[in-house]
Amino acid sequence: MAITRDSDLHTRRFSRNAGLGVVLLGFVAIVFGLTVVKVERGSTMEAYDHQPRTSLLPAEGAQK
Amino acid sequence: MSDISYIQQQDNEARFSDYIALLKPRVMSLVVFTAFVGLVVAPNPVHPFVGFVAILFIALGGGASGALNMWYDADIDRIMRRTRSRPIPAGKVSEREALGFGLALSGISCVMLALATNIFSGLFLAFTIFFYVVIYTMWLKRATPQNIVIGGAAGAFPPMIGWAVATGGISIESIAMFLLVFLWTPPHFWSLALFMKSDYHEAKVPMLTVTHGREHTRKNILVYTLILAPLAVGTGFTSIGGPLYLATAIVMNALFIKGAIEIHGRTEVQAEADKYAVEKRFFYFSLVYLFAHFAALLAEEGLSHIGLGVW
Repeated sequence: MAITRDSDLHTRRFSRNAGLGVVLLGFVAIVFGLTVVKVERGSTMEAYDHQPRTSLLPAEGAQK
Repeated sequence: MSDISYIQQQDNEARFSDYIALLKPRVMSLVVFTAFVGLVVAPNPVHPFVGFVAILFIALGGGASGALNMWYDADIDRIMRRTRSRPIPAGKVSEREALGFGLALSGISCVMLALATNIFSGLFLAFTIFFYVVIYTMWLKRATPQNIVIGGAAGAFPPMIGWAVATGGISIESIAMFLLVFLWTPPHFWSLALFMKSDYHEAKVPMLTVTHGREHTRKNILVYTLILAPLAVGTGFTSIGGPLYLATAIVMNALFIKGAIEIHGRTEVQAEADKYAVEKRFFYFSLVYLFAHFAALLAEEGLSHIGLGVW
């Protein structure tokens, strides 16, 4: 005979799995969003520490 | 393992909400609010999405330290009435699981904060977690009745981290916000300890009420409140303050001092007669007190944005 009704155990496991799924999707969305923001705003930024790259900064006294 | 014990173990399996409970969501709300204010009142603007992510990972770091605290304090939590239903004493999450969960979240939150904002903020968050877990939970909490005072620093760092997210450093304003929470913590927790006396006593945590008596605790509440008041008002004269903040701080501190004097003037007989009504009122007011100060800082920032800032 097939099991037709979920036990409480299944409900609890579903809650955990669904919660973790939402967290992982949220994390992906955050990384994606951060990437978009960094790329849009960070043309003078260097990769890992987000500090302005000296070679990309306008030289002192340079004419605009 | 017998069939019965297997079934019992399965019955106690954790839900998603049990892992959320490990993060101490109520403490997290204070972290989120103060870190948010620290970030917003800082002079450098932060992209809203970066700001949101920063607050999220500061909160997650705070939650991770909560999970590590629950892992280490599981023995005490089993004794205290207030903490007996937490996921570890309730048998829903094992101690090892909580340790792994806390460590993993600590790493993720610090690295992500550093990547999203700046390295200094990430390191600051790591230091805060270290301070709360190692200095407070593992060392001071069970060693000295001043545990609350020094441990309170961990709860006071979030506004400084928020400020560091925007500025990449520390300044007099961020230290003022730190001191506000730091000096507020002892009167807040000791007033709680006055009407939750049996719990700390049974768990053998050297709370001031247990080691030095309740009269001494009442005196300490007044002393810390008196030190806190000029500092809270003085913050109004920094660049993040203003007349609105000053007015709020003066009213709030006058009421806080009044409450502390009342607590100091009471005997245990009087307190037991009215079921610690004054102590409870002071404890709940302390929550309003802190919220009002940070809300006033936020309001000052809003006013300066629309050109109504005074200094």
